[in-house]
Amino acid sequence: MGELTEKQKAQALKTAQSLSKDKLHDMYTKMNHVRAFEDKVAYFFSRGMVHGTTHLYSGEEATAIGALANLDDDDLMTSTHRGHGHTIGKGIDLKKMMAELLGKETGYCRGKGGSMHIADLTRGNLGANGIVGGGIPIATGAGITLKLRNEGRVVVCFFGDGALNEGTFHESVNLASIWDLPVIYICENNQYGMSFSAKKSMNVDDLSVRAKAYGIPGVTVDGNDIFAVYEAVKKAKKHALKTGPYFIVSETYRFMGHSKSDANKYRSKEEIAEWKDRDPIPRMRAILVETGQFTDSELDAIEEQCKQDIEEAVKFAENSADPSVDSILDDVFAPSN
Amino acid sequence: MREITYAEAIREAMSEEMRRDESVFFFGEDIGIYGGAFGVSVGMIDEFGAERVRDTPISEAAIIGAAAGAAVSGSRPIAEIQFSDFISIGMDQLGNQAAKMRYMFGGHAEVPMVVRAPAGSGTGAAAQHSQSQEAWYCHIPGLKVVIPSTPYDAKGLLKTSIRDNNPVVFLEQKLLYRKKGEVPEEEYTIPLGKADIKREGSDLTIVTWGRMVSMVLEVADALKDQFSIEVLDPRTLVPLDRDAIVTSAKKTGHVLVVHEAVQTGGYGGEIVATVADSEAFYYLDAPIKRLGGLDIPIPYNPELERNAVPTPEKIEQAIRDLMA
Repeated sequence: MGELTEKQKAQALKTAQSLSKDKLHDMYTKMNHVRAFEDKVAYFFSRGMVHGTTHLYSGEEATAIGALANLDDDDLMTSTHRGHGHTIGKGIDLKKMMAELLGKETGYCRGKGGSMHIADLTRGNLGANGIVGGGIPIATGAGITLKLRNEGRVVVCFFGDGALNEGTFHESVNLASIWDLPVIYICENNQYGMSFSAKKSMNVDDLSVRAKAYGIPGVTVDGNDIFAVYEAVKKAKKHALKTGPYFIVSETYRFMGHSKSDANKYRSKEEIAEWKDRDPIPRMRAILVETGQFTDSELDAIEEQCKQDIEEAVKFAENSADPSVDSILDDVFAPSN
Repeated sequence: MREITYAEAIREAMSEEMRRDESVFFFGEDIGIYGGAFGVSVGMIDEFGAERVRDTPISEAAIIGAAAGAAVSGSRPIAEIQFSDFISIGMDQLGNQAAKMRYMFGGHAEVPMVVRAPAGSGTGAAAQHSQSQEAWYCHIPGLKVVIPSTPYDAKGLLKTSIRDNNPVVFLEQKLLYRKKGEVPEEEYTIPLGKADIKREGSDLTIVTWGRMVSMVLEVADALKDQFSIEVLDPRTLVPLDRDAIVTSAKKTGHVLVVHEAVQTGGYGGEIVATVADSEAFYYLDAPIKRLGGLDIPIPYNPELERNAVPTPEKIEQAIRDLMA
């Protein structure tokens, strides 16, 4: 169950071999940063050490990291309520990210955004989003800026299967299609919109067929195979720059519940176990070893380093001050001349 | 001075800003060849081309959200929503996205966008094309709300709104589009948050905006031998020039607020509270009075429609009640 198919594996090996060791090192690091980050956040929540809620990305790492490995710093991205993976994938200061989770002054949003609103405009991250489908028009509008400037940049727009049934998806993808905007729409089908399964909420099996309605290409990829995601987005990027928008459905699964209050009543232990067999991190690791690009001990060292990086981030966050109540009115409006 | 219409003033403001700043572009439904449902943008596509004057499908959520996305990535979009009533279709993008980005990102975003939309009744278009919903937008921190009452104000305020680094909801008045007024040839801007005294007086302050300004001015002129009426147009509801309102209330000791929007929950309540909660309270000779629209959807029949909102007769009656 957990193995890649022969064909998939052959392609994964080929893709891995086409990438530099530095690039693969970066990708494997980010995969492990996401997992370690989410494990730490889950721990915090289980101990009641942070307030609010959070949506963890564990199990879906290959989609964000594989997709964003194709982007440069000045390419743009919009994310979702389950945004920690995208945020790390686009490039982030883990310390400021953890500080934001803990609501600190040193956090990305100075403690005003929390888990669902981390953005880093200096790295093209236009923000996570608390509204399902809320980022899709924003990515599309960013696509207009890029189209008007014609600088060879793209926008990657992440959203979940639930967002496919929001009106913003329809309106935005249609707009991008008629205007040939350089936007790559990536639906992370993690199989459930909270508790409601994608199979019950849509009467089509292959969600990528929706692309046909907009006259744009649509493909489905194994979202737990980082190399498959990487190749799909590489192709999509070329298409986006030359022709226009592209739609990718990445089939994946969240290992944790929807949010901290989820008792997982709507899915079976067997189903969760089956998907855990397809964990994208061991899958990537196996390929890297098989190509001979990395040894087991090198990969162990990366994993260990990632855990340490998260511990450092926690230390930084815990030692940071809470925002002053005096800052509560700051930044409702931007100054204008 | 030359006179141009309110619609022409808006077109001039947009065109001048598009000439001045390449990052400004304009999009919305039927704004290109058609020139907009009210003819505001006639000819703009000829000057600026289809890249910067973009006809959109009927997709209000995408229009408003794309404006936010374009703005946060470095453009200065002007989005036209054909009737302000349709903003509700894109309300999430306006209220949950554009308005909040800067604050929730900890001050790391600028969202310089303008949503232009015609508001108000009087065209026989009934309940879904005639509303005055400014209070909705005023209730969302992060949005600026502008309602010009003359061609001069429309041009100067729109130019400032386009240059502002925040989302601005710019509510135009359908019945004013064809009205002419003096607008200088030379460039000028009007700051947001600065009220204008449209008529000076000493007995009574009437705070009013949008289409009601000219109606109130006519009533004030008609009653000039009985009452000296000051007419104050805030022009922008957010930011609100509270000082100007308080100063005028202290001077006259009588305050009436007139607006077309439904009275209950209307922004008039905020104006009343501004006076009641200030030192002007001690100068009042009578309770502060409101005259808003009736608490009903706008009806179709012309006489019903006229009576759904303040009329000259109702305004006169309110003045007499207040001054009795």
